Order: sequence, then C-alpha cells, then structure tokens
Amino acid sequence: MNLAASTLTRADLSEAVYRQVGLSRNESALLVDAVLEEISIALDNGEEVKISSFGTFSLRQKAERTGRNPKTKVEVPIKPRRVLTFRPSHLLRERINR
Amino acid sequence: MTRSELVQRLASLHPHLMQRDAEAIVSTLFETIGDALAEGNRVELRGFGMFSAKQRSARIGRNPRTGESVPVDEKAVPFFKTGKQLRERLNGSEAGS
Repeated sequence: MNLAASTLTRADLSEAVYRQVGLSRNESALLVDAVLEEISIALDNGEEVKISSFGTFSLRQKAERTGRNPKTKVEVPIKPRRVLTFRPSHLLRERINR
Repeated sequence: MTRSELVQRLASLHPHLMQRDAEAIVSTLFETIGDALAEGNRVELRGFGMFSAKQRSARIGRNPRTGESVPVDEKAVPFFKTGKQLRERLNGSEAGS
C-alpha cells in the first residue's frame, strides 16, 4: 500500500490530456468535462456505458421500501430510484494488483 | 454506449477535433484514472463520482462446485462511488429531498 496516497481531481486529468494530446490547457479542461458529461447523459437516458479495458457503468432499478431513521426509529418511505454501479474490467482489476 | 461510441459523440460535438485527438482524450482520461488507482491514489471528480481501490484481506474461499477450501490472497478491488450531483440527476429533481 501507498502511504503517501493522494487524490487526483479534474485538474490532474486535464493536465494529463494537455500533455498527451497537445491541445491548450483550457480546451483540455473543457474536453475532460465533455467526456464526463457525455457519460452522464447516456446514463440518464438509461444506457449502459461500456469502456473497454476500464469497466462498465450500469443502472440498477431499486424498488420502493420502508426505511427507518436509525437514531429516531421513525419510519420513512424510500422512493423507487436508480442507482449507478461500476463493474471494473479484468484488466483494471489486474492492474491494481500488479 | 461503448468506448468507441463515446469517442464518436465527443468528435461530433467538437467538429474541430480530429478523430485521433478525440480517441487520445478518452484513452488518456481512463489511463490516468487506472494509473492513479494502481499507485494507490484516489480520483475525485466532483459532481460525477470518486474512484478508489478498496483493500480486501486474505480469506478462505470455497469452490462452490466441489466444496473444496481454497485460500484467497489479499487484494485490492476498484471501487466507484457515484457523486451527489449525478445521483440526483439520475433520479429527477425531487430526489434526495
């Protein structure tokens, strides 16, 4: 395990795109956002998003159920909802354990 | 939507981009996330979600067919947590209230 673990953000991804692709910094940032936005739109339309050698984002429909506030024990209805799940590809799993 | 469809959509929305550049952008993005996870780092994309690697300890597994015990080594598993904004978006405006 890495003791000096750090957190990457959009800025780091834009920087990587800037260095790899040779667009301006500003445009690289816009395009990173555009990719994430296209994925979000597809998911919102109910599409599955399959990124080969990375993983698959898919939606699962959850039925309505009765939840309970664990502190107050008051029952609250939980509406039916869509939850996003990510299934990493084998390649990504292997990369992380190498 | 597949990786190549994502590249197509990106290219058609940004007509000045060459197909090759659209491909490079998508590849770089997922490569960089993968590299970060492999190095034990997290990737936090505000509004979209967070990628991290969860540590799983070694355990004794079982072959479900034969019932035989098999040792399973310690490993890390990629994990994604959906961001608040995306979660709400997927459930319409009244969600989360």
